[in-house]
Amino acid sequence: MLTVNRYKCCYCGACVGVCPTTALELVETWLEVSEDCKECGICTRICPVGALEVKT
Amino acid sequence: MNLKCDLVVIGAGPGGSMAAKTAAQAGLDVIMLEKRQEIGDPVRCAEGVGKRVLCQMVKPEPEWIASEVKGARIYAPGGTSIVMSEDKGGNEVGYVLERKVFDRALAMDAARAGAKVMVKTRALGLQRKDGVPCGVTAMRIGEPIQIDAPLIIGADGVESKVGRWAGIDTALSLKDIETCAQFLVSDPSIDDQYCEFFLGNEIAPAGYVWSFPKGDKLANVGLGILGSKAKPGDATRLLQQFMKKHFPNGKVVEMVVGGDPCSGPIERATADGVMLVGDAARQTDPLTGGGILNAMEAGIMASEVAAKALAAGDVSLAGLKEYEDRWRATIGKHISRSFEYKEFFVKLTDKDLNQLIGSLKSEDISKMDLRGMLRVLFRLNPKLLWELKHLVV
Repeated sequence: MLTVNRYKCCYCGACVGVCPTTALELVETWLEVSEDCKECGICTRICPVGALEVKT
Repeated sequence: MNLKCDLVVIGAGPGGSMAAKTAAQAGLDVIMLEKRQEIGDPVRCAEGVGKRVLCQMVKPEPEWIASEVKGARIYAPGGTSIVMSEDKGGNEVGYVLERKVFDRALAMDAARAGAKVMVKTRALGLQRKDGVPCGVTAMRIGEPIQIDAPLIIGADGVESKVGRWAGIDTALSLKDIETCAQFLVSDPSIDDQYCEFFLGNEIAPAGYVWSFPKGDKLANVGLGILGSKAKPGDATRLLQQFMKKHFPNGKVVEMVVGGDPCSGPIERATADGVMLVGDAARQTDPLTGGGILNAMEAGIMASEVAAKALAAGDVSLAGLKEYEDRWRATIGKHISRSFEYKEFFVKLTDKDLNQLIGSLKSEDISKMDLRGMLRVLFRLNPKLLWELKHLVV
């Protein structure tokens, strides 16, 4: 499962730009993860603050 | 709520606002949507722009110019530095903006020109009739709305959805985006006159560190790392490391993060009834990361074409071809060249970078632009730069 550390997230949207399945949506300060997430982890690598993590 | 207009612009950054203003001035009925409640904030930008090109598009206002710089100083990994002059430093040196004020001012210009601006209004998708876009659905302060419009401009930034809704794959691979972090730093050692660039694979793998002065010993100190070289959180971690070494007593008064596209031209920025501008169209310069001016230029182009296409009654992919052709011939040409440079420079070791910067020490490059400097570099280091031969000659 993709988890968002909401205390770290700076809501920049970089993760949304790299998501291959359009599963992420940035709503002002809130990052939404939809069911389309394939847990590929690409977004975790682009996050400038390390707020994203795929937990198994 | 149901609205109707000629053109919906999604996103109120510099690209969107220039598009909305240009369209309104051409007599179109325009609605510009901004999903945030405040335009321009939080910032995701180092705020440097070239003076000349900016002033061709808008009248400079002291309220959104944080500082004016004399030039750029570039540091090799080993510490050697070279200086480039202001009007030749590429598009990204000249003014350092106050984006929060700038973005809002451009949106105000659009509003004054007659565009309707709607904030806290997030586009949710395209409406279609017989498969062709005929408007957008959106959420406005938590309530669903619908806007009927034959034409949509997507200026929705790095996290753009408009292109994807229209069938254009704008997803960036990790080698085509820089992950960036920046602090607004107050420190007595800041040079208020120069934008500074620090190169090195230790400090910023396949990217660089920048320090853009905002006046009064304040500067945007930040860095970008190529996504394919980054681990989670690297941008912030490496910036903190750089701060410790270069500004150990620097006072951080703001934090900014973001992703900067460096993919070069995408396959297409138009679809039936849809045009993309700025970061949404990945129109950022892959070498420098600068994107403000390209977004503004693209916004103007897109709306000029919008007015013509609407008047001609053809907003299909074919009807919008002029925009595709125009941005490719200008912005596209420039960024594909920059993309090739970037693809080459990200492979260089610190030793290579030291050699390149060191070779310029005995040359007078103060009057050169980036291209002229690259030409001199090639002459002095033909073996190292052989792959770039076709770009330089």
